[in-house]
Amino acid sequence: MNRILLSIIRKEFHHILRDPQTLVIIIIQPIIMLFLYGYAITLDMKQIEIAITDYSKTPQSRQLIHQIESTSFFKVTAFDIPERGFDRLFKERKARCALIIPSDFARSLHSKQNTKIQLLVDASDPNAANYIYKYLLQINARFTFKNNPHLVQPFLMEPRILYNPDLKAHNFFVPGLIAIIMLLISSLLTSIAIVREKERGTMEQILVSPVRPLQILVGKVIPYILIAFLDGVLIVALGHLWFRVPIIGSGLFLAATLILYVLTGLSFGLLVSTITDSQRMAMLTTLMATILPTIMLSGFIFPVASMPKIFQYLSITIPATHFLEIIRGIMLKGNGLADLTRQVLFLFGISFFLLLLSVKKFRTTLE
Amino acid sequence: MDPLEIRNLKKSYGSVPAVKGVSFNLRKGEILGLIGPDGAGKTTIIRSVVSLLLADEGEILYMGKNIRDNPTYIRSRIGYMPQRFSLYPDLTVEENLDFFGDLFQVPKQKQKQRKEELYAFSHLGPFKKRRAADLSGGMKQKLALSCMLIHQPDVLILDEPTFGVDPVSRHEFWEILKTQSRRQGTSILVTTAYMDEAGQCDRVGLMFAGRILALDQPQELEKQFTDPLYVLHCPQPHEVFEQIYHDDSLYVANLFGEGVHITLPRERTEEQLRNYLQEKRLTITKIERIKPSLEDVFLKLMHG
Repeated sequence: MNRILLSIIRKEFHHILRDPQTLVIIIIQPIIMLFLYGYAITLDMKQIEIAITDYSKTPQSRQLIHQIESTSFFKVTAFDIPERGFDRLFKERKARCALIIPSDFARSLHSKQNTKIQLLVDASDPNAANYIYKYLLQINARFTFKNNPHLVQPFLMEPRILYNPDLKAHNFFVPGLIAIIMLLISSLLTSIAIVREKERGTMEQILVSPVRPLQILVGKVIPYILIAFLDGVLIVALGHLWFRVPIIGSGLFLAATLILYVLTGLSFGLLVSTITDSQRMAMLTTLMATILPTIMLSGFIFPVASMPKIFQYLSITIPATHFLEIIRGIMLKGNGLADLTRQVLFLFGISFFLLLLSVKKFRTTLE
Repeated sequence: MDPLEIRNLKKSYGSVPAVKGVSFNLRKGEILGLIGPDGAGKTTIIRSVVSLLLADEGEILYMGKNIRDNPTYIRSRIGYMPQRFSLYPDLTVEENLDFFGDLFQVPKQKQKQRKEELYAFSHLGPFKKRRAADLSGGMKQKLALSCMLIHQPDVLILDEPTFGVDPVSRHEFWEILKTQSRRQGTSILVTTAYMDEAGQCDRVGLMFAGRILALDQPQELEKQFTDPLYVLHCPQPHEVFEQIYHDDSLYVANLFGEGVHITLPRERTEEQLRNYLQEKRLTITKIERIKPSLEDVFLKLMHG
């Protein structure tokens, strides 16, 4: 490797190790983000407030109530509220749903085919309302099964849940978080590193020397590939050891894709640094351009397939879309390169394009 | 051949002209100073010469080659010191020197020897493990200069190197530049806003509003000022200056630190000046004939 390049790399390591701000971005920020989002973002629903009004007061109605109370999904917060009180209850957010058991509940169970009880659901959060409804349907089915053994079910579903048998939301979100954090950190690091030289005026100084643009860019990127990669290993390890997300596939393959993904992030950071002139601007641009599209469009939470066509095309341009498939594939399904060729090629393509653009846009004058 | 030739350089930022046609040569081994107030166009000239800005018009030849055709040619051969301190504050004195030595690919053995030489003349040796951020203003400038000298360039280009530096360090800095040009034959192009530094240069270009008003040896420039010049020592120079300035007299007044400088037109005598001042009832403690300084020349040229 040539001397100028080596010298730039060595200098960059000095900068990193001597700058507290960079060290915070490298070490503290990913850990905080992983824990913060790891615990905050979850679709698991627990302790849903339910109000129950029992007009029947029979062993059968108590059995139903007991079944509801015994799950951790529901928490009974109000009991035997008169019907006109429900509206208040919902408005004050003391309950998200209410169950009204009519006075003829026990009697009709024995006489009629269909026994009706009423469910009121606050659907201002439609997703939650849906969950509540479905959960109560399950309770209903179990109750019916127990109390009416003569009822013939047309078929019985035997579910077998693959790749995430406990349906742990962490297994879904932690790899996604790793994808977001890695992209953010790697692009932030490079963009700041170059823009800082512009701000300090050192760029003006080193441009008047035999150094070539490519040497500056490559010299800047190499240290950060190493650092961002180690960062990636750190948070994957945290995800695995703390959040207990399995790594079923090859760890080595995961590491290799991590390097590739880091390179994509760094290339994006380079591009940002060639079009901004202050560290603040670079930070804002990277934050806006990485976090938002990554969370919304990459399939981190919302499946890409259910997006409108135009967003589906847009999501192809987002590195995290591909890396999410890769990391979830490797960690949860044990995918190898053969299953993920398309995604890996996309990441290569995006990195190459971004690097090319940055080299082209890198100005060697002050205009 | 002169190492640097600037031919009719013009440069505007948008619609604002910064340099309006400037020509000069930097001769082998000389110190050429461009002197003028902020906004005169000095930095624009410097940045155009080192190819960081592209001139709108005109040519810049380095060693006879047009820099527009091959900017790396000049960039890899000269030593350039920008206006702001632009070394790495988080690197030590030695690390900064090594970095620039590597950048200019000074042979390893040579680099070691150069560092010792540079420590010797800059007196930075004892501070080589200190971070650049912790150096004093004067020491920072000397370090910046040392970094530019490590590859022994034939041409040095410095943009206001003594700006904001204390007088003792300024003097020391100029001594280093002079030694460099006398002993090594280095050609030096330097800008400054301090008039008193003109005397340190072999030749001086007086700059104002994007033009070089005059370019010559400092003594020759001073000779251009032929009219008799007087200084009025007075307790309130500001008022005296305002009075004479706004009065449509033939006397040209300029405000200086020591008092008001006043130029006598050919058709007036010293006697007439004294009478004029008395008429105006201005309080003046002493009137004294003086030798014109470069600043007087500059002000005269500036006012046309």
